[in-house]
Amino acid sequence: MTQALLEVRNLRIEFPTRRGTLTAVDDVSFSIAPGEVLGVVGESGAGKSLTGAAVIGLLEPPGRICGGEVLFNGRRIDNLPFDEMRKIRGREIGAIFQDPLTSLNPLYTVGRQIVETIQTHLPMSEADARRRAIELLTEVGIPAPEKRIDHYPHQFSGGMRQRVVISLALAAQPKLIIADEPTTALDVSIQAQIITLLKRLGREHGMAVMLITHDMGVIAETANRVAVMYAGRIAEIGPVAEVIHHPQHPYTVGLMGAIPSVGDMTERLAQIDGAMPRLTAIPTGCAFHPRCSHMAEVPGGRCSQERPSLLDAGKTRAACWLHAEHKAITL
Amino acid sequence: MSRDHSVLLELKDIAREFDVSKPWLNRVIEGQPRQILNAVDGISLTLRRGETLSLVGESGCGKSTVARVICGLYPPSRGSVVFDGIDMAVAAGKQLTELRKRFQMIFQDPFASLNPRWRVGRIVAEPILSHNLLRPGAELDRRVDELLTQVGLSPLDAEKFPHEFSGGQRQRISIARALSSNPEFLICDEPTSALDVSVQAQILNLMRDLQREFGLTYLFISHNLAVVSHISTRVGVMYLGRLVEIADTKRIFANPLHPYTQMLQSAIPDLEMTGKQRTPVAGEVPNPLNPPGGCTFHPRCPHANERCKTERPNLITHADGGEVACHAVEEKRIPIKPAA
Repeated sequence: MTQALLEVRNLRIEFPTRRGTLTAVDDVSFSIAPGEVLGVVGESGAGKSLTGAAVIGLLEPPGRICGGEVLFNGRRIDNLPFDEMRKIRGREIGAIFQDPLTSLNPLYTVGRQIVETIQTHLPMSEADARRRAIELLTEVGIPAPEKRIDHYPHQFSGGMRQRVVISLALAAQPKLIIADEPTTALDVSIQAQIITLLKRLGREHGMAVMLITHDMGVIAETANRVAVMYAGRIAEIGPVAEVIHHPQHPYTVGLMGAIPSVGDMTERLAQIDGAMPRLTAIPTGCAFHPRCSHMAEVPGGRCSQERPSLLDAGKTRAACWLHAEHKAITL
Repeated sequence: MSRDHSVLLELKDIAREFDVSKPWLNRVIEGQPRQILNAVDGISLTLRRGETLSLVGESGCGKSTVARVICGLYPPSRGSVVFDGIDMAVAAGKQLTELRKRFQMIFQDPFASLNPRWRVGRIVAEPILSHNLLRPGAELDRRVDELLTQVGLSPLDAEKFPHEFSGGQRQRISIARALSSNPEFLICDEPTSALDVSVQAQILNLMRDLQREFGLTYLFISHNLAVVSHISTRVGVMYLGRLVEIADTKRIFANPLHPYTQMLQSAIPDLEMTGKQRTPVAGEVPNPLNPPGGCTFHPRCPHANERCKTERPNLITHADGGEVACHAVEEKRIPIKPAA
């Protein structure tokens, strides 16, 4: 097996508060191979964005990594000093965030922002950097880039702005891109354009992508593997087709059933009762057990006492005690 | 002509303009004319009792403006809203208050639509009090308890404040408030788009159950086609302030006729992973301040010809009862897919 490009081992993120320490991400481990697209999916508060921020070293205080490690190309990056990390961020790992308007500085033309990014990371003259910026804008599909390069962010539409943000992330040709909800602020038709673009760029540049989203549809189309997060932990991780068609964690099963799909004429959607626990009150044992309908199948009340780690569940890995009993979930 | 009693609401050529001009002084100095935005430009449709009609479209197509015109938050610039045979613009005084309590609205953002300083009980009781349905007292409390139970909350929650609830629970409070005046008709403006999928499923199921129990009629506004296909009986597709197609849900998703509907339909993410490639919709929605002439969709349409650039298409009833506003469909220039 080739060496993983990114490896996250037992990551733990805590927020010290006056009322005690909240554990927002707990014991999360995954890896991304070069050129691979890993989807990270979960509902709000599941810890998916925090995981992404931790990888790129942009965790906002008081949040802090207090356990585990992040390895990029075999080198540990979670404990690097700020200046060292700055060299990696943008150069080796790029980022795309949800809201394209807040990712761009409204006071500078997009050209100036791209040129600045290029010159920060690559030894290039102003003129060369500008030529490269025009190339980048062409690559992300912005019409008339020679003219558009001197426009300000407000002169672009939402979809076009997101393309500019993508071109910024690509500026130094990073090996990994962290895309945090890149299409959430966009309309469906524009969303399809951006997804197609991301897929094409990933393929052409051999870039790995960590795609964080709450939209299973986007994951289904884009990712090779997917990690499903629940209450700060990975509930299930595996190849996309397996997780979508044969989910092996009761939470993934519920999540998949809750997504309405076109042409499906069922009267009611499958529903998981209750809500994801707050960070202040994560249940003991399996965090999902109060909402789980499979608890009776595991003997000895193990679900409410002992926390499951990721266990082999056929082609995926799921954090569920059912699989310690070798009971697969069939739909 | 006798009135069709199955029709609950009728929109007749509704339009709503917004004046988005710069301030007077700027206009004088810079010599610029007034700028008018036609958010909704001539929409006619009917809603039958007990059905769910959805309006879909991309941001800025005017779907929320339609909702606001119907419930009277914006007066229409043109056209009329007829509710149960009564023209809302003509109705006044007692008749209007009587009409008002028969429809309610549910908004998108459950964080902004509840007063943070009021207890839930007071929020839910407000429509009852303002319509003078009940007086404060034991009977009102019982009614509030009943409403909270109906939407899956506990009567004890009446004492709490909105911030103590999650997004999904807050949306349940909004629904309880909307149901409190026993309305027949609910206007739901993106009621689930701020919610996570598992919570969205809970709310959609709840809305279905309530519809069956109380015989409610819904106007459902959403940009999420999968949600729309799940909840609605009929779907209207809007583009730049106009309806381009309206038809039964089944038909519109199985066999969309208008090129824009076809584009939207093929842009839906494919969860089945059949390997079908999403066809990205080419181009973007033009600036609504300066919409293209003729059919407003023609710059993005693969079937556009000279007629489309100059002549605006009107909704034409199709064989299956659906209506489509497209010259290409009318002239049969678009090959029609055989019904699946």
